[in-house]
Amino acid sequence: MSKPIVEAREIHKHFGHLHVLKGVDLEVAERELVFVIGPSGSGKSTLLRCLNRLEEPSSGSVVVDGIDMLDPRTDINHARQRIGMVFQSFNLYPHMTALGNVTLALRKVAGKSRGEADVLGMAALERVGLADRAGHTPGQLSGGQQQRVAIARAIALEPRVMLFDEPTSALDPELVGSVLEVMRDLRQSGMTMIVVSHEMGFARNAADRVVFMDDGLIVEQGPPAAIFENPTQERTRAFIGQIQRH
Amino acid sequence: MSTWDRFVETFFNAKVMVKYLPDILSGMVVTIELAVLIVLSGLFAGLVLALLRALAIRPLNWLIIFVVDLFRSLPPLVIIVLIYFGLPAAGVSPSGFVSTWLSLAFVLMAFSEEIFWAGITSIPKGQWEASRSTGLSFGQTLINVVLPQALRLTIPPLTNRTIAITKGTALGTVVAVAEILGQASSAVSNSYNPSPLMMGAAAYLVLFLPVVVAARWIETKFAWKR
Ligand SMILES: Nc1ncnc2c1ncn2[C@@H]1O[C@H](COP(=O)(O)OP(=O)(O)OP(=O)(O)O)[C@@H](O)[C@H]1O
Ligand SMILES: [Mg+2]
Repeated sequence: MSKPIVEAREIHKHFGHLHVLKGVDLEVAERELVFVIGPSGSGKSTLLRCLNRLEEPSSGSVVVDGIDMLDPRTDINHARQRIGMVFQSFNLYPHMTALGNVTLALRKVAGKSRGEADVLGMAALERVGLADRAGHTPGQLSGGQQQRVAIARAIALEPRVMLFDEPTSALDPELVGSVLEVMRDLRQSGMTMIVVSHEMGFARNAADRVVFMDDGLIVEQGPPAAIFENPTQERTRAFIGQIQRH
Repeated sequence: MSTWDRFVETFFNAKVMVKYLPDILSGMVVTIELAVLIVLSGLFAGLVLALLRALAIRPLNWLIIFVVDLFRSLPPLVIIVLIYFGLPAAGVSPSGFVSTWLSLAFVLMAFSEEIFWAGITSIPKGQWEASRSTGLSFGQTLINVVLPQALRLTIPPLTNRTIAITKGTALGTVVAVAEILGQASSAVSNSYNPSPLMMGAAAYLVLFLPVVVAARWIETKFAWKR
């Protein structure tokens, strides 16, 4: 295993009285795909959001690609370019075209000229198979296409790590495949990925490791086959049994 | 003389109207000047306050909310009179024109701040998060992502409020501003004939009716479709 590119140590997160993360340790190696599962409210989204500091951990440390994310001296806006994030609800900018969505950060953060940004943006849209929709606004795209534009927006910045928070949960079943295909492509190209999702089929054939979270802690982790077929923890077994009945 | 003739003679007296037309026209110029100044400075100040409020600095926000609520509560005429008759006691003597401009600009600032603020807060959190996660700063996100969407939402209520407040320029008469109503009423007392008032009303229609019609059009055009 190569050196870890994400190192989260002893992450605690409180929302007022609510103790949501209770000391989570997560190491992710370069080019690894880690799949995170767990019941609703177990803290999966909060953990992802602590990794790029959309959420401020109450304590612990997060180092991504050698950058201490919680150090106040860290230029967080610079650091975030290396960590792509994809949301359940796409969160595309509705007042911009697909290309506008993809190029905004290239121009404003990466300092590219409009011409350079357009070239890189088109290349990113090409990778998700939507170069022909560059001029469409989000309202003119299907859910699956919107999510692929959102992925293009993140990969255009050439991140070292990609975080996915239930990328297909808001999609009609027939649109899920196209998004998973793009994710599989990304994986093939060697992208390090942390994926929160319920797509167990994808986990089985694409994940290097499955992490099961419950009640703010990582309960168990291992290769997909081990977690799905032979979980050692009772809580994991109960959860796997539950989702497989659906 | 028939009743009809007497009516026309009284309210649409051609001689009087011709004589005072230049006064009414110059009143229109003053009203336009006032209106443009009020709209530009009032909306600009309102937007600046809303942007400052987005910084979420507690004491600053309390101050902004206090100022905004103050100017939303006071009748505009009271503010005009306070500035015109009150400020000289403090050593500054603004003209009637300046008093009217400042008062209505403050009122428009207050109402437009609330409208801009409502627009900004109505933008889903996910828009902020998506933008921040790609490395845009707070300010860059506000300017490039949130504000363009918020402004679109605010255009219809803002247009209506702006028209309502701008019509208040007529209050300037009280502090001797020679705008339309001021010109018309002094023409009435000089000519002992109410025809100039009819001209004044017509002048307001000429100025504001196109704006009201445009507002109706803007309202349908900018209705938010997602
Ligand atoms: N900003 C917040 N303020 C208060 N409580 C929050 C906030 N964000 C999350 N929580 C709470 O933290 C807990 C964990 O939330 P989180 O979204 O991380 O769970 P999750 O595992 O992603 O669940 P799901 O599968 O439903 O998405 C929940 O109880 C949630 O209500
Ligand atoms: Mg979640």
